[in-house]
Amino acid sequence: MTRLVIDPVTRVGGQLRVEAELSGGTVGEAWLSATSFRGIESILRGRPARDAWLLAQRVCGSCTGVHALASVRAVENALGLSIPKNARLVRNLITATTLVQEHVVNFYLRELPDWADPAAALTADPAATSALARSISDWPNSGSDWYAAARERLAALVKPGASGPFNKAWTGHPAYRLPPEASLMLYGHYLEALDWQRQLVRIRTILGGKSPHPQTYLVGGMAMAPEWGGPTRPSPDEHPSARHSPPPLSQIGLADIDALLTTAALFVNSVFEGDVLTVAAHYPEWQQIGRGIGHYLSFGEFALADSQPAQLLLARGRVMDRDFAHPRAIDQESVAESVDHAWYEYADVHDALLHPAMGQTRPRYAGPALPYSALAGFDKYSWIKAPRYADDPMEVGALARLLVANGAGNSYARSGVDRVAFKLERGMDALFSTVGRTVARAIEAQLIVARMGEWLRELVANLAQGDLALVNLDAWDPARWPSSAAGFGLAEGPRGAIGHWLTIRDGRIADYQIVDGSTWNGSPRDNRGRPGACEQALVGTPIADPNRPLEVLRTIHSFAVCPACAVH
Amino acid sequence: MALLRRGVSRRAFLKFSAAMTAVLAMPLSFAPRIAAAVESAPRIPLIWLRGLSCGGDSQAFLQPTSPAIGELLVSMLSLEYDEALMAATGADATGALANLKQRFPNGYIAVVEGAIPTAESGIHATLGGRPVRDVVSEVCAGALGTIAVGSCAFDGGVSAAAGGLTGAVGVGRVISTPHLVNLPGCPVNGDNLAATLVHYLTVKEFPPTDGLGRPFFAYGGLVHNQCERRAYFEFGEFVQSWGDEASQKGWCLYKMGCKGPQTFANCPTQKYAESSSWNVLAGHGCIGCTMPGFWDGMGGAYQRLPAPLPFLPDVSSDTIGLALTGGVAGLAVAHGAASYVRQWRVRSSKRPIHPPGPAPQPAPEPVPEATAELVAEPTTEPTAEPAAEPAAEPAEEPTPAPAPGLASEPRERINAVDAAFALGDVATPPDALEGRPLAGDTPEDAS
Repeated sequence: MTRLVIDPVTRVGGQLRVEAELSGGTVGEAWLSATSFRGIESILRGRPARDAWLLAQRVCGSCTGVHALASVRAVENALGLSIPKNARLVRNLITATTLVQEHVVNFYLRELPDWADPAAALTADPAATSALARSISDWPNSGSDWYAAARERLAALVKPGASGPFNKAWTGHPAYRLPPEASLMLYGHYLEALDWQRQLVRIRTILGGKSPHPQTYLVGGMAMAPEWGGPTRPSPDEHPSARHSPPPLSQIGLADIDALLTTAALFVNSVFEGDVLTVAAHYPEWQQIGRGIGHYLSFGEFALADSQPAQLLLARGRVMDRDFAHPRAIDQESVAESVDHAWYEYADVHDALLHPAMGQTRPRYAGPALPYSALAGFDKYSWIKAPRYADDPMEVGALARLLVANGAGNSYARSGVDRVAFKLERGMDALFSTVGRTVARAIEAQLIVARMGEWLRELVANLAQGDLALVNLDAWDPARWPSSAAGFGLAEGPRGAIGHWLTIRDGRIADYQIVDGSTWNGSPRDNRGRPGACEQALVGTPIADPNRPLEVLRTIHSFAVCPACAVH
Repeated sequence: MALLRRGVSRRAFLKFSAAMTAVLAMPLSFAPRIAAAVESAPRIPLIWLRGLSCGGDSQAFLQPTSPAIGELLVSMLSLEYDEALMAATGADATGALANLKQRFPNGYIAVVEGAIPTAESGIHATLGGRPVRDVVSEVCAGALGTIAVGSCAFDGGVSAAAGGLTGAVGVGRVISTPHLVNLPGCPVNGDNLAATLVHYLTVKEFPPTDGLGRPFFAYGGLVHNQCERRAYFEFGEFVQSWGDEASQKGWCLYKMGCKGPQTFANCPTQKYAESSSWNVLAGHGCIGCTMPGFWDGMGGAYQRLPAPLPFLPDVSSDTIGLALTGGVAGLAVAHGAASYVRQWRVRSSKRPIHPPGPAPQPAPEPVPEATAELVAEPTTEPTAEPAAEPAAEPAEEPTPAPAPGLASEPRERINAVDAAFALGDVATPPDALEGRPLAGDTPEDAS
C-alpha cells in the first residue's frame, strides 16, 4: 500500500488536498479535503435580506454571479416575488456568460496541462500542426506561421530554465500520450483562450458593472435601466453617458454585447469541441476511467418563459444509476447534509443529515495539529460538508445537466450528445467518464452560446415594444414584509447545482445555508461512510508513477472542484 | 528589443505603455520612459499566494485592459508561483516557494490574495499541511515588496466581517515588511495591479500611497467626484425608486444607497474589463468595497448615506460657498461626536475588543443617521486598521487589540481627509493635507 498526497492541488479555486491509497498501481481509495474555511453563512446572519446577494456572491469569484442569482432567488422565493421578463433575460445572459467562460477556461487553463505535455509542444512542426488544425476546423488562426509564432511564445514559458506557469511541470511523464503537433495546437489555443476569455467577460462586465462579482442584481429584478426612451430612440449621442462607455441597455451597449457574443461563439463553436475531442481520441481508456457514482442531479437553469413553474432550457431532475433515458423529478426537500467526516458539529440534533433550512454551520476542527503530513487515521478530514439527495451521493455539473436535459427530451442537448457520441469510440457510454465530463462542457458551451443570441434579441425586441420594466418593486420595502419568512433559491453554475436556503426575520437574515456544486462533487464521506462524487471517481485510476500522480489530477480537474465555493 | 524577441509586437507594447501611463496619471510624455524601463528590465519573479479568498482577484488578474494577460506573462512577469495557473502541483508546487532569496538574487515580488486567518493557530487555511499565515510571512519577509490585492488581503474583507469565525485579518497584520502596497477592491481592478507592477519596474519602487497603503493614483480620488452622474447630484436630480424615469435618464444613485461619496477608488475613470463598465453605469450604487471594513462600516447597501452637502436644486456659487462652510461646521460637530466616542472607547479599553473564541457575533445595527457618517469611526471594528503601520505591528499572536487611542489616531485623520474630500475639495491631493491641522481636529479648534 502506497499512500500518495497532493497538497496543494493546483489549478482549482482555493486550497485543496487529496490523499489516496494505491493498490496494484491503481487508486484503491481516495480522500478529498478542502483545507480552508471562511464562514460566509454565519457572516450573512443578521444582515438585511435585501443585501444578502452582495455578500453571498463572494462565495466564488470564478463561477461569479451564480451565487448572487441563487441568493436573490431565495429572497424572492421567501417573499413570493416574480421578476419582469427583461430581468429574466438579463439574468440568463449573465449566467450563460459565466458558464461558457468557465467551461472554456477550465479546459485550457486547468485541464490541459494534465493531458498535453508542454515540452512536447515545443518539438512540433508548425506546418504539420497547421495541417492538423485545418483538418479539424476552419478557425482562421491556423497557418504554419501562426503556429511557429505560438511555439515561440510558448517556449518563453516552457523552455528549461525559463520560469513561469510551466515551471516544474511533469514534462516527459509516461501518461502523456498526445503527439507533439496536437500538443502545440492545444497550447496555441491555450494562449488564444487567455485573450478570448477577456473579450467574453466584457459581456458580463457591460451587464454587471464589474467582473467578477457583477453588481446589478436586486431582490425583484435588476438595477440596470434602459436608456430613457428605450434602446431604439433615434440619437444615442444626446445622452451624456454616451461619451463614456455605453450603459448596458442602451443601443450601443446592446450592440456591443451582440458583437462580443458573435466572436465569442466563433471560438466555442470552431475550436473548443474539436480540441476536447482531440484529447478524447488520444486517450480512449479515459472514456472508461473515472466513471464515479452514476447518480446525476440538476436543479435546472435558464427560464424560457415567465410562467410559474418556469419552463427551463436545461431541465430539473436526476438520473439514477446512469439510466439517462428516464430522468426523475426532484424536490429540494430531499437535500440534506452530513458532517460526520467534516470539521463541523451539529448541536442538539439526533439526525445525521440536516436539510439546509434546518442546517447549522458550527466549525470544529478535529484534524491533526499543524503542521501535519497526513490526514490518514482521522475520522474527519475536510471543511466540505457532505450533501446527499434522498440519502444518495450525487454528481452535479455540466454532465448531469446534459444527461437530465437529454432524457427530458431537450432537442439541443440530444443533438449535441448524438453528434459527439458518434465521434467517440465508446459512444454515449463514453460520457460517464473523466473525459466525458469535459466533453459535456464542450457540448453545453455550444448549446448555451447559441441561446444567448436568442435571449439578446428577445430582450431588444421586448424593450423596443415599450416594456422597460426590470424590477418588481412590490416587495422592495422591508416594512411590508411578513415578520418572518423562509425561502430557497436554486441555480446552476459552471460546477453544478447551487442551492441557497434562508430564513428572514424582521427584514434580516436569521439563517442562511449554501450548498454549492462543488460541495456535491467535492463531498467527503457521509454518515454511512460512502464517498463523494469525486472521491468515488478516483477509485480505480491507474497511476504510472506514484511520485508524479498526474492521472489523479485529470479526474479532479474534470469535476472542476472549487474548494472555496464548496466550503464557503 | 527583448520584448520583440519574446513575441510581443512593438505596436502592442507602445499601446500598453501609453495605457499604463494613463492609469498611473502620469503625463503621456512618460510613456517612452516606461516603455524603455520595462523593455530593458528582466522579468520580475512574482509569487502569488492565497489565503481565504474566492479567487476573484486571480480572475481579475486575467483581465487587465492592456497588455493582454498572455503578453503580460511573457513580457513583464515571471509567474513563479500561482496556484490558479501553475502546472506544477503538490510538493513540486510548494517547492517553488523554497530558497526564494537564493534563487532570485535580484529579488521577487509577493502578491497576496485573500485574508489570513489567525484563530486557532490558523487551521482555517492551510497549504501543504502548514498554516497559510506562516507561508505568507516567510515569503513576504524576503520579498522586495508585497502587494495585497483585493479587500480580503487589505483588511480581512468578507471573512473578517461581523459574524466571522476565523480571526481573519489583512496581510499587513501578519507580515513585518514596510514594503507593502494595498490594492483593495472586491475584486481588485486588474488595471491597477498591472499599473502598480509597471510602476515598480520603471522606478524600482511602489507608487506613493495614502495612510492605508493604497496608491494615490488609484485611490486618491473620491468615486463621487469622478462619477459621470455627479452633475445630477449637484442639481438634486436623484433616482427615487428603481427603474423610475430618473434611473432611465441615468441620474444620481445617492438616494438608493450609493457609497460613492465616501469611497476612494478610480472605478469611474478606469472602469473594468477594458473600460467596459462599472457598477454605477450598470445601474447599481457603489458599495464602498475599497474602504476598510466596508461590509460593516457603511450601513446597508441600500441605506442612504448622510448628506455630504445640503442638496438644493439651482444653488448658485455663493450658496455653494455657504453650503461648504456649513458642511465644515457639520464636520466639526461630527468629529466632536467621534472624539467623544473615541474617548469612551479609551475609557472602556479594559474590555477586549475582539471577544476570543469562535462565538458568532451578530452583524451590527446599521449606522444610525444621527452619528453623521462623515466620520465613519464609531461603529467600525478595529479589525479595519490594516497596515497603517505594518512595521509596528507585532507579527506574533492574533489580534492583540491595539490600544484604541493610539491606533485609531491615524484613522481619525484619514477619515477627516476623506471627509474633506467629500466636501468637494477635489483639487487638493490628500497628501497635501497630511500633517497640517484639519478643520475639526478638536472640538475647540472648530468653535
